[in-house]
Amino acid sequence: MADRAFDTRRLPGATVLALACFVILYIPMVILVANSFNTGKVIGQWEGVSLHWYARALQNDAFLAAARTSLILASLAALIATITATMAALATTRSRGFRGEGTIHIVLNQPIMVPEIVLAIALLIIIAQIKQATGYTGLGYLVIAHSAFCIPFAYMPIRARLEGMDLTLETAAADLYAGRLYTFRKVTLPLLAPGILAGFMLAFVISLDDVVISDFLKSPGQDTLPTYLLGELRRNLTSEIYAISSLLLLISVLIVAGSWLLTRKKT
Amino acid sequence: MDAETLAARADARRRWGLAAPAVAIITLFSILPLGVVLVYSFLAPGDFGNVRWQLSFEGWFSVLFERDIFDDTISLSDAHLTILGRSVALSLATTLITLVLGLPTAWFIATRPLHQRAFWLFLITIPFWTNLLVRTIAVQEMIRSEGVFNRLFLWLGLIDAPIQMMFTNFAVLVGMAYVFLPLMVLPVYSAIEKFDFRLAEAGYDLYASRAYCLRRVILPMVRPGIIAGSILVFVPSLGAYVTPRIMGGGKSMMLGNLIEMQFGQGRNWPLGAALSLTLTALVLAALIWYTRLTSGGRRNG
Repeated sequence: MADRAFDTRRLPGATVLALACFVILYIPMVILVANSFNTGKVIGQWEGVSLHWYARALQNDAFLAAARTSLILASLAALIATITATMAALATTRSRGFRGEGTIHIVLNQPIMVPEIVLAIALLIIIAQIKQATGYTGLGYLVIAHSAFCIPFAYMPIRARLEGMDLTLETAAADLYAGRLYTFRKVTLPLLAPGILAGFMLAFVISLDDVVISDFLKSPGQDTLPTYLLGELRRNLTSEIYAISSLLLLISVLIVAGSWLLTRKKT
Repeated sequence: MDAETLAARADARRRWGLAAPAVAIITLFSILPLGVVLVYSFLAPGDFGNVRWQLSFEGWFSVLFERDIFDDTISLSDAHLTILGRSVALSLATTLITLVLGLPTAWFIATRPLHQRAFWLFLITIPFWTNLLVRTIAVQEMIRSEGVFNRLFLWLGLIDAPIQMMFTNFAVLVGMAYVFLPLMVLPVYSAIEKFDFRLAEAGYDLYASRAYCLRRVILPMVRPGIIAGSILVFVPSLGAYVTPRIMGGGKSMMLGNLIEMQFGQGRNWPLGAALSLTLTALVLAALIWYTRLTSGGRRNG
C-alpha cells in the first residue's frame, strides 16, 4: 500500500492549528508565572527577578487563612462526597433493575445539569435564612454545599470502575463461605480503590476550583483561595495576585502529575 | 407473594439504603433550593431585596417585558433581550472557536505514536484542571489596556495608544474560548482515538477522494465526540459568570451576571429567580437536544 498518494492520518493544516492551540493555551499561563517573579509593584514594569511577592503572600495572614479554609473545605467535601458516592455507586451498579433506579440516577446527576450561578443563588436564599434562624455561621454550610455538587464527580469514576469489575472474584469469595461484609472488605474494596481515589481527587479539585458558590455562601472571614483572589482582583491589582495564581497553578500541575503517576502504576 | 418478589424487594430496599445519604444531600442542597427559587419567581419583590409573600407574575413578566413607569405601556425589555441574545450568541461563537481549534488539536494528539500521546494529553489536562479564575486572570493579562498585546503593539509602533479591548463582547469571547478550549479537545480526542484508520484506508483504496472520505467515513465516526465537546463548551458558556464578570465587567454582561445583579444592587429577587429558571431551562433544552441527537445517531448507525 506504499503507493497510496496520501497518508490517511494526515489532515491538511491540522498540525499547524494544533501547535497554535498549544501556544495559545500556554502563553498566557507562562506570562502569568513570569509576572509573579517580577520585583516591581506595578505589573508590566519589569524591575528584576525575585521571590518578593511569594514572600509577601506567605506573610499575608488573609492569604494563609484562605489557603487553610480551602484545604479544610476541599478535604471535608471530597471525603463526604466520596463516601456517599461510593455507597450510591454500589447501589446503582450490577443490578437487574429495581424500583426507583432511574430516579436515583437523575438525582445523582442533577447538580451538574444546573448552572453554577443558579445553584449559588438558590443556596444563598435558603442558607441566608438558616443562618439568621439558627445563628450558626460556621464552615458547615460550605462543606455540605460543596459535598452536594461534588457527589456527581466522585460518582462517575467509581461507578465506571465498578461496572468494569469482574464479578467472578466476589462470587468465588462467596462460594468459599466469606460473609457479605468480609467479601466487600477483602475483595470488592481493594479492587474498587483506584476508582475511589480518582473520585476523591476529582471531587477535591472541583471543590478547590469553585468560586461562585463559595463567594455567595461564605460568612465574613471564610474566604477560600479563589474568593480571596476574586476580592483582591476587585481591590488592587498587584503582582501578589500573580504569585497566588501561580501557586494555584502549581497545585493543579502537582495533582495532574500525581494522578498520572498513580494510574500508570495501576494499569 | 412468592420468594422471588420478596428477594427483589429486599434488594431494592438495600440499594435505596445505600444510595440514601448521597440522594439526601443532593435533594436538600441542590434540588430543594431550586424548588424555593421556583416559588420565589411567583412572589412580589420586597423593598430591600427578599420577597413579599404575595402571588405575582411580575418576575416572569419582567424577563422579557417592561412597563413604562409613567403610562404603564408594555414594551419588550431591550436590556434583557440584549443580554439574553448576547449570552446565546457568545456561547455559540465560543463553541465554534473551540471547535475550530480543538478538532485539529484532538486529531493531532490522536494520530501521534502511542508513547507520545500521553505527553500531549498531559498538556491539555493541565489547563483543564487549573482554576478557572486563574486562567481568566491569565487571559486578562493578555488583552487589558496595559497588557501584553497592547504593549507589544505599542513597542512595534503599530498603534499610538492602547486599544481598549477589555469590557467588550470581544473580551468575553476571548476569555470564554480560552477557558473552555480543553473541554472541547478531550471528548473529540477520545472519539478520534477510537476511530479505526483502516476504515479510511479502505475508503481511499476504493478510490474515494480525501474530502469524500473525510465527509463520509471519518466525520460520521467522530461526530459523537464533536457533539459531546460542543455541549460541554456550550452549556458552561451559557451559564458563565466569573469569566464574563472579569472580562466584560458591567458593560458586556451575560445572563449569569444579570441574575447576580438582581440579588445585589438591582434587588429584584423574583425577577432574579425567574431569570435563573430561564437559564436552567435553556441549559436543559441543550442537554435534551444532545441526548436526542446521540441516541438517534446510535439507532441509525
